[in-house]
Amino acid sequence: MDKNKLKLISIGLVTGLINGLFGSGGGTIVVPALVFLLGIDDYKAHATAISIILPLSIVSTIIYFTNSSIPFKVVLPVTIGGVVGSYIGAKTLNKIPINVLRKIFGGVIIYTAIRMIWK
Amino acid sequence: MILAIIGFLSGIISGMGIGGGTILIPSLVIFKNIQQQQAQGVNLIVFLPVAIIALITHYKKGNIDFSFAKLIILAGLVGAILGSILAIKIDPVKLRKYFGIFLLLIGTYELFAKKK
Repeated sequence: MDKNKLKLISIGLVTGLINGLFGSGGGTIVVPALVFLLGIDDYKAHATAISIILPLSIVSTIIYFTNSSIPFKVVLPVTIGGVVGSYIGAKTLNKIPINVLRKIFGGVIIYTAIRMIWK
Repeated sequence: MILAIIGFLSGIISGMGIGGGTILIPSLVIFKNIQQQQAQGVNLIVFLPVAIIALITHYKKGNIDFSFAKLIILAGLVGAILGSILAIKIDPVKLRKYFGIFLLLIGTYELFAKKK
């Protein structure tokens, strides 16, 4: 098996494992992997990442669902808020300095992480 | 109402392409005391409609490169099955802590990574 195929398989395995185990984070793994390991440009990597994460998330959703780990009373309001929010987010994407946002986001995430570990 | 606001805020973040799950899951766990596995399940299913719409849009524009994606998806499906089964078998408190460690890594990466 050539080296490139091995890379693709490893990226897939790790992305699927993380996305299934944590119910999130697939994009966080696969986008940098496509950019840095395969040299795909950033924009195409983001688009292609969705085509990778979607089937993985469908499979994970089915497994979580059969284990009754999906509370539908929670899903409905979150989805409505989420769809509106993501539309606004995508529209304002080009109007704010994304790098500054990423730093703020990083800080918030670290604070949240500590709360999750010591809750 | 709180649930819709949590969804809205994580939707904004995810619409910007930064990763909504990292906000949604902890918010559900911290503010609504939802079990870790259930919060993850919510994130997985909420992602689906938005991802389908985004995928169709990108596909029409020709932004998706399936030539290498196929093999990643195939291996990814195996990983997804293993990861999900592992997730539903782990003790919720332990899973929450592991999730916290994963968040810590993401946060550190976002703070220090140099973007092109």
